[in-house]
Amino acid sequence: METFSLLAQGFAVALTPTTLALAVAGCIIGTMVGALPGLGPSNGVAILIPLAFSLGLDATEALILMTSVYYGAMYGGRISSILLNIPGDEPALMTTLDGYPMAKAGRASDALVLSGVASFVGAMLATIGLMFLAPMLARVAYLFGPSEYFALYLLAFSTLGGIASDNQRKAALAACLGLAIAMIGLDNSTGMGRFTGGNLHLMDGVDFLVAIVGLFAVSEVFIFIESHGRSSAIGVKLDAITIPFKDIARSFGTMLRASLVGFIAGILPGAGASLGSFLAYMGEKAWVRDNSQFGKGDPRGVAAPEAGNNAAAGGALVPMLTLGVPGSGTTAVLLALLMTLNITPGPLLFTERPEVVWGLMAALLIANIVLLILNVPMVRIFVKVLSVPPWILLPGVCMVSFVGIYSLSGSYFDLLLMIVFGLLGYFLRKLNIPTVPIILGILLGNHMEDSLRRAMVISGGDWKYLFQSGIAIGFWIAAITGFVAPVFLRRFLKKPQAHKA
Amino acid sequence: MSDRLFGLIVLIASVAYFMAAANIQTGFLVDPVGPKVFPRLVSAIAALCALLIMLKPDDEPAWPGMSTWFKLLLALLVLVAYAYTLKPLGFLIPTAVAAGVLSFQIQSRLVPALLTGIGLSAGLFILFKFALGLSLFAVPRSWMGG
Repeated sequence: METFSLLAQGFAVALTPTTLALAVAGCIIGTMVGALPGLGPSNGVAILIPLAFSLGLDATEALILMTSVYYGAMYGGRISSILLNIPGDEPALMTTLDGYPMAKAGRASDALVLSGVASFVGAMLATIGLMFLAPMLARVAYLFGPSEYFALYLLAFSTLGGIASDNQRKAALAACLGLAIAMIGLDNSTGMGRFTGGNLHLMDGVDFLVAIVGLFAVSEVFIFIESHGRSSAIGVKLDAITIPFKDIARSFGTMLRASLVGFIAGILPGAGASLGSFLAYMGEKAWVRDNSQFGKGDPRGVAAPEAGNNAAAGGALVPMLTLGVPGSGTTAVLLALLMTLNITPGPLLFTERPEVVWGLMAALLIANIVLLILNVPMVRIFVKVLSVPPWILLPGVCMVSFVGIYSLSGSYFDLLLMIVFGLLGYFLRKLNIPTVPIILGILLGNHMEDSLRRAMVISGGDWKYLFQSGIAIGFWIAAITGFVAPVFLRRFLKKPQAHKA
Repeated sequence: MSDRLFGLIVLIASVAYFMAAANIQTGFLVDPVGPKVFPRLVSAIAALCALLIMLKPDDEPAWPGMSTWFKLLLALLVLVAYAYTLKPLGFLIPTAVAAGVLSFQIQSRLVPALLTGIGLSAGLFILFKFALGLSLFAVPRSWMGG
């Protein structure tokens, strides 16, 4: 099989001592990032990107480091969900529903082990799915012309706005805000500046890393100052780690089903891991015959969202690598990493840089095994991390962001711009305007405009060209449905609230 | 009310953005769409969203009280000052001050804030300088005779 020989090449890349060390380091950092409430996977990955550059890593190494962090964060998010009833990151919200009741019933270590195994199953299956599906999708993506890409970008925005947000107008506005910011700077085809207001710093455009770190990390500091670091978590105790074989055996079917659901949810552009864990939980609750214990500490209610969330994390890499369209906030940050490394995701990546793609896949398989070890027998170490109080964590995150951005460009202007984005992020979050579409807009804005303009060059300015291929029409229909349908489905998709602690 | 005000600001900004697109120079090579259409499209959609938000605002968010606003303003000033002093004053002092103030803003106790500032400053310096090899200056360059 072609896949296996390519994967063997990938292992040759991934098994060098440097990359192996980076994968392990990434897994450890990632699990901590996931475990700490107040440091979600997107902030965590975002503030680490500038530092990864300063290490002088090559493209493959940087990508392996950051995707290990990404996978690790998906594992780590469950720890505080189970022990504290505070999701360590957004996708881990569903894990609080049954994880915390299990912990209250004195079964915290069982819940941690079970969810660690479920995470492993989900992530492993998704990585295998990624290995087979991504090259196939890359082959299909060869057929895409500019009008298909334009419709695809639109699809990403509309599913993100439709599914991941609860207010369509605000999500659409956020996407426009991002697109408008992306327009700032030199126009690729005419070489003229746009919307710079005569400011030379803005001629290069707004660096998306500055925007991401500002919107995600700096705004978090403002949020925490407002909340006085309420969600602090000192004094968590954990009894001896034992392996609950019975629960694992009983929820094995759950894990497989949840992985499939999560993987599919992850592939949908714009949907991501939160949707994956949500659908996996709700699907499992509907599937099992006796669901009376769900929400009261059913082990299957712990296994389902964790398998779903990790499978979705792997699934979200499929559109990111093959089409350049991220499936979630964190994959958007990973896309920013690729773009900064001068790697253009898409079908050409698979033929021209196979060492990057397959090195990454092999590294993900290795990372998963490392993560299983870190998250089951060694989970105690990460439980200790939870007791870092927010008044040390948040200033630390903030200082790391500043130094990271400063080390990229060495300019005051970028630091000030980052603060502006932080402030903007604070107000937007207060007004319930999602920030992920803004990031997506800044990342994809120029590509989206280019594809529109290239399509019009091909058609000589005939706008009907946008709707001429079957694939494009399919994307348009999916985009409109993805944006509108949740309005009607919202009643059924209402997210259950976490228990009061 | 907040949503209405926000919608109004966005509406004004989108109109300004739309107008500003007129100033874009087109250059010699012009494709059928040109550099003005897409930004105008985006600002038009943004204006539409802003109108819809104003027409159907969400519930009022829980805004913080005056004392918290003051804290946030102070945090903002600290961050701006940090951005300006990081280069001329070296890493250690601005980082210690900024981290200490931010820490105090979150938990309002002096001694832990002081320790956080000093600890983070020294710890991060060691991490950045020696583990990651960033070129940072510990103290103002003039102190080192250069």
